[in-house]
Amino acid sequence: MAESWTLSAALNRALLDALDEDPRLLVFGEDVGRSGGVFRVTDGLQTKFGAERVFDTPISEAGIAGTAVGLAFAGWRSVIEMQFDAFSYPALEQVIDHIAKMRERTRGRVDMPITIRIPAFGGIKGKEHHGESPETYYVHTAGLKVVVPSSPLDGYRLLRLAIADPDPVVVLEPKARYWGKEEGDLTVDGPGMGEGRILREGTACTIVSYGSMIARVLVAAETLAAEGLEVRVLDLRSLSPIDEDLLGAAARDTGRIVVVHEAPRTLGMGAEVAARVMELAFDFLEAPVERVTGWDVPYPPASLEEHYLPTVDRIAAAVRKVVAY
Amino acid sequence: MQSPGHWGGTEPFRILAADGTPVGDTAVGLDPEALRDALRRMIVARRLDRECIALQRQGELTVYPGFEGQEAAQIGSAIALGPEDFVFPTFRELAVAMVRGVDAVQYLQYHRGTWHGGPYDPRATRFGPICIPIATQIVHAVGHALGTKLDRGTGVTVAYFGDGSTSEGDFHEGANLAGVWRVPAVLLCQNNGWAISVPSAEQTAGEIWKRAEGYGMPGVRVDGNDLLAVYAVTRDAIARARAGEGPTLIEALTYRIGAHSTADDPGRYRSDDEVEAARVFDPITRFETWLRAEGHVDDAFLAACGEEAEAFALATREGVIATPAPPAEWMFDWTYAEPPGGGWARQREEALGG
Repeated sequence: MAESWTLSAALNRALLDALDEDPRLLVFGEDVGRSGGVFRVTDGLQTKFGAERVFDTPISEAGIAGTAVGLAFAGWRSVIEMQFDAFSYPALEQVIDHIAKMRERTRGRVDMPITIRIPAFGGIKGKEHHGESPETYYVHTAGLKVVVPSSPLDGYRLLRLAIADPDPVVVLEPKARYWGKEEGDLTVDGPGMGEGRILREGTACTIVSYGSMIARVLVAAETLAAEGLEVRVLDLRSLSPIDEDLLGAAARDTGRIVVVHEAPRTLGMGAEVAARVMELAFDFLEAPVERVTGWDVPYPPASLEEHYLPTVDRIAAAVRKVVAY
Repeated sequence: MQSPGHWGGTEPFRILAADGTPVGDTAVGLDPEALRDALRRMIVARRLDRECIALQRQGELTVYPGFEGQEAAQIGSAIALGPEDFVFPTFRELAVAMVRGVDAVQYLQYHRGTWHGGPYDPRATRFGPICIPIATQIVHAVGHALGTKLDRGTGVTVAYFGDGSTSEGDFHEGANLAGVWRVPAVLLCQNNGWAISVPSAEQTAGEIWKRAEGYGMPGVRVDGNDLLAVYAVTRDAIARARAGEGPTLIEALTYRIGAHSTADDPGRYRSDDEVEAARVFDPITRFETWLRAEGHVDDAFLAACGEEAEAFALATREGVIATPAPPAEWMFDWTYAEPPGGGWARQREEALGG
């Protein structure tokens, strides 16, 4: 029988396997060593690989990111952790000004093989600053790649691919999914960097989403199936670049697109998905693209979380709306 | 007053007084040939700096940040480095770049606008790419030094930065990490009195070198217009780092004679009198006066330096002017190691009319 993995455990295994394979890989950040990370993703790694390769840093997000830049000049590959979404912002200058641009600046002479792990998104009844969706800050920065796993097995795959990539990759880990389980073998085989995946087939409509929202999307798809509406579910996985092939095919095949994310609506990924769909398949569209998103407000306190996050009902209603258009 | 500018407080370490009179031990370990070479480098660098300003005025460079007055701080420190050491500079370290062997025409592509600040090979020259975010390179230097330490290497990484940088968070983060990790690094601040229009007294209420204690490392204040003193303190800091004894913070007091850049008008915030007063502390005159008194240089040597400086400035000018705008496809060539997909290649075609 195949083993059952949580996302946290699968990511932990991805780091372990990568550290094992590449002696020039380092893992560092706040509380990643002795404690094993606030979400246990780095649990046991310092014991296995030593405090030179897996180490705690002072509370110093810009320092962590800038250190990875200097280490890259010295030929080291880094996985750095920003402990929470909103705590990644002090590092933005290092990420945007240097990690994303060093390759360009040096005409390709100095790569930045840096993986930036960020526990992100809401849904855990967290405090202010523990529920944010920072993806578009990174997506909007040329030179970076951005991936978001929605399940344990894909988390393993995406983190391994990110670490192996010669370019910097931001891995946004959905906190709400850390403890969700999936059975199967951990492998890098399957969809690659920049590729999405189809989680459910259907012709009535395609729901495009990623990360923690995928679970709700799949529940909504079940509900809709009971009503006789079979929807395709496209898990983007990679927000930068976007898998245009899968997205374009979905728009052409189903003619209707609903995009779901928990980030605020304005200039969220939904805006990009809608624009791409128009560029790729305007003549095939049977209805306007519908966006089911968080609101243009700061992430709310825990007691109001469900008023902010896209719910199964909102997702299903959006599908019914575009189908009835 | 022994130093130009706005600094009060602790007198810096000094070997040559402003008039070239020794006030300390001049036997810093540079033989007469090395001393002459240091003076030659200062003369050539200053001439090139002035040529760059002329090139900007003539439309051949976009914006250029001059370093006149800082030749001793830059060259005195740079000649203390070995080939295995690595520099993370600011945008005002052309004289350091020249010591490291960076091709001046390649370096000036940044200011010509034909590329960003790293078209030379940073790994071969061991001189990092230049750019204008303030203080961020300090953390890069600490990361690089950490990498060297993990490799059990012998190289030392030097971060150059200015007084304005020390107000940035990245100075603090870099210095703190350097101290905690005890990395082989030297944090070298050229306090040139001005961060564009803000004098150092308004930048920080304390003395920069004293902050070292808070980071668990030694700090030293040196007369940045005294080449011998700058060389001596940098050499010592490098030796400490190389011996595994950790980082050092150096504050070199100097003075920015020129504008912040060719886009800046210092007449709006400081007087000509202040600048003229600072010329008394000129680093080249001071060093040359002492070398003459010691009999290490004569008129013939200085004439040869002047000729070399002219020729170098002219050759660099010609090289700069001959550097064309790069082809438009270069915009796309190095953003990613491989084209990333997602319509990116289509954008490239659209941009290039392919």
